[in-house]
Amino acid sequence: MQEFAELLEKLAFTPSRNGKIAHLKQAFKTLPDPDRGLALAALTGDLALRNVTPSLLRGLVADETDPELFRLSYDFVGDLAETVALIWPHSTEPEDHSLSEAVEELGKTAKAELPALIMRRLSSMTPTQRYAYLKLATGGLRVGVSARLARTALAQFGSVPVEEIEELWHGLSAPYLPLFQWLEGGDKPVNLAAAPFRPVMLSTPTDLDDLSDHPPVQFVAEWKWDGIRVQATNEGGTRRLYSRTGEDISNAFPDVVDALNFEGTLDGELLIKRGDTVAPFGDLQKRLGRKRVGKAMLDSHPAALRAYDLLLWDGRDMRSQPFDARRAALGDCIAALNDPRIDLSALLSFSTWDDLARLRENPPESVIEGVMIKRRDSAYMAGRKRGNWFKWKRDPMLVDAVLLYAQRGHGKRSGYYSDFTFGVWQEGQLVPVGKAYFGFTDAELKELDRFVRNNTTDRFGPVRAVKPELVVEVAFEGLNASSRHKSGVAMRFPRINRIRTDKPAAEAGTLEELKAFL
Amino acid sequence: MPSLPVRSPQELLHPRPAGLYCPAGDFYIDPVQPVARALITHGHADHARAGHGTVWASRQTLDIMAIRYGEDFCQTRIPVEDRVDIAEVRATFTPAGHVLGSMQITVDDGNTAITVSGDYARVDNPACAAFALAPCDVFVTEATFGLPVFNHPSPQSEVEKLLRSVAAQPDRCHLVGAYALGKAQRVIALLRQAGWDRPIYIHGALQRLCDYHIEQGIDLGELRPATVKQGKDAFKGQIILGPPSAFAATWAQRFPDPVICFASGWMQVRARARQRGVELPLILSDHVDWPDLTRTIQDLSPQEVWVTHGREDALVRWCELNQIKARPLRLVGYEEEAD
Repeated sequence: MQEFAELLEKLAFTPSRNGKIAHLKQAFKTLPDPDRGLALAALTGDLALRNVTPSLLRGLVADETDPELFRLSYDFVGDLAETVALIWPHSTEPEDHSLSEAVEELGKTAKAELPALIMRRLSSMTPTQRYAYLKLATGGLRVGVSARLARTALAQFGSVPVEEIEELWHGLSAPYLPLFQWLEGGDKPVNLAAAPFRPVMLSTPTDLDDLSDHPPVQFVAEWKWDGIRVQATNEGGTRRLYSRTGEDISNAFPDVVDALNFEGTLDGELLIKRGDTVAPFGDLQKRLGRKRVGKAMLDSHPAALRAYDLLLWDGRDMRSQPFDARRAALGDCIAALNDPRIDLSALLSFSTWDDLARLRENPPESVIEGVMIKRRDSAYMAGRKRGNWFKWKRDPMLVDAVLLYAQRGHGKRSGYYSDFTFGVWQEGQLVPVGKAYFGFTDAELKELDRFVRNNTTDRFGPVRAVKPELVVEVAFEGLNASSRHKSGVAMRFPRINRIRTDKPAAEAGTLEELKAFL
Repeated sequence: MPSLPVRSPQELLHPRPAGLYCPAGDFYIDPVQPVARALITHGHADHARAGHGTVWASRQTLDIMAIRYGEDFCQTRIPVEDRVDIAEVRATFTPAGHVLGSMQITVDDGNTAITVSGDYARVDNPACAAFALAPCDVFVTEATFGLPVFNHPSPQSEVEKLLRSVAAQPDRCHLVGAYALGKAQRVIALLRQAGWDRPIYIHGALQRLCDYHIEQGIDLGELRPATVKQGKDAFKGQIILGPPSAFAATWAQRFPDPVICFASGWMQVRARARQRGVELPLILSDHVDWPDLTRTIQDLSPQEVWVTHGREDALVRWCELNQIKARPLRLVGYEEEAD
């Protein structure tokens, strides 16, 4: 438990992604089996333990401490598991049990016996161990490690492409012994997943300059829809909907899963579609991340699949065939399905890159975020292979906003104010509309940092309020209506494009102007 | 000889807006405003202020005040060795184990003894004299960490945690936030005890107080100023100390991908560490934690406990549960954050 506790602590306090990856790799190297696999499962939320509830913990601690002292402590600490871990009487004879022992006994102990077991364990642990144990038992470690990040760390640990791990992932389970064996030089495990995820093919960004090196005739183009890229698969009756990083999102989209009446694997865009009208990304977001979807939501936000590509069909692996051949087969398949929930992404007609540029400038629908350009003879390859698929996104939306708050960064940006909150005008007031922490050059960062230091009006911990005087041009990819933000809007992917010292704050944008992008 | 009327403890010592006042000696203890006569427990700025008339304190506290405020920080300085008689009372000074020169002050009028702890700690501290019990009828205690969640681990284990992190990340530097008086020197001395013999880099604000500790015979090893001209790479794998306020200043921009550490008793609570953007929290306190705080009260077994500042509600509650008379003084002006 000690190593797991230390790992949790490091992950919780390490802000940077690379820092977290380094800690994970170190843990994979040093923890024994099966503890490392169990730790991995605990972090990615794949460890299903019996639910230890907050009320059970409260009951335990009530027997050990004065309720008033506990209340005062909990008020101060703010986290139940942490308060219990710290306030629990010190053990006179600490004994360290392994993570696997702890997981096993939590798993097999009858509900009525759980309080006594937890009590016994807590009394034999140090506060850090108690915290880790309680977080493990109650679920929800919240140390900022996604399954995706964990797989990236595994890939680096074993020096294998992350796509190979994504492909295997759904056939693996805790404690992942064959996976670790492979990553340490053993044989690659056989893929045991029914309807496994196949690594998706990705594109590289491009522009008119780059494209001019390529003959247009060798390429096809289609709209880049603003939904989420998915892989829809049905193999031997097992249906799965995967995100492009291999997360199984089937539960959130039963309507699409229901439409997968074929034997094969499609690549496409998941969209919310009402009749023929594709809804904005914000509507799709309402369906994401749900464990279950109610009927009302299914009716008001119906999901659909727009097919881009064909990986497998009726037992044939199409991936080595050229795009043209796959596309022809895809057309037949979609036509045969004859289901409005699955349609075909249209090919655009163009003969020169300038033709395509004009189409890109004037898309027929606002949920189109650019064009995709694919080499006709390209096979379907895992990952981002240059020269085969390109994305040519529409120009970002721009707004001039006034800098309002700044927060200090960490790591290489320690000592710099590098996270900026900005606002636009509404009825003579500036309302915050977003936060950006990239987009600027190193020289611009210095300039912004200097402005913040010289124009601070108030401090709240690591945050400073500044005189509302500096205008920055903010670029963003889209705007969603949001009830969680005071302004009523949420920007997607906002970044600071340039500093507009030439513009007085009074001439910055208004909320009304911004809302026109909705 | 006519017998003097017996004073109640409240008559011997009571709070006034300027601080705890003793009429029988006409002095304040750690006043927060300038007064004619002051007894000072230790050199931290919220307890030791400039501008008093006569100041009684330990020699080291007087020296520290002169370093911080200039030689003219008061009109008259009176160094106290162990005790001093002032008008009708005797003030006894007993080491508090908090920072160099820190003392508890016991005020005794022959009938009642009241010990004012100032800030105190009972864990071994290589940078100052060890705490000793000062027997009394009334114990006036701080309660900075007066909640049962504060069980501070051993200082050695925290310094080892720092050294393990340094060893594991040789391309980064470790930037340790530590208050300039006491905490900084203690961290340095603990690092030396743990065998870290490389130079330790310090922010300019720590220099004079570090020099003073060295003069007083505390081994801090080789200290170097953390100046820009060394270049970023010179700091890789090194330990640098600075006051926490410096982390927000451009000073911090000179270091290569620093691991931000903070040495404080508050680091035991995760939300506090995250709020400060700390990557490596070091739980190092110059105050008693809950077990030491309650143990001290049990050891002294006073008739009454008065709580000056901190988490007084919880400590008063504990005293109630243990049948000890206690009340909060609700003194204002002391910073509970600075540890």
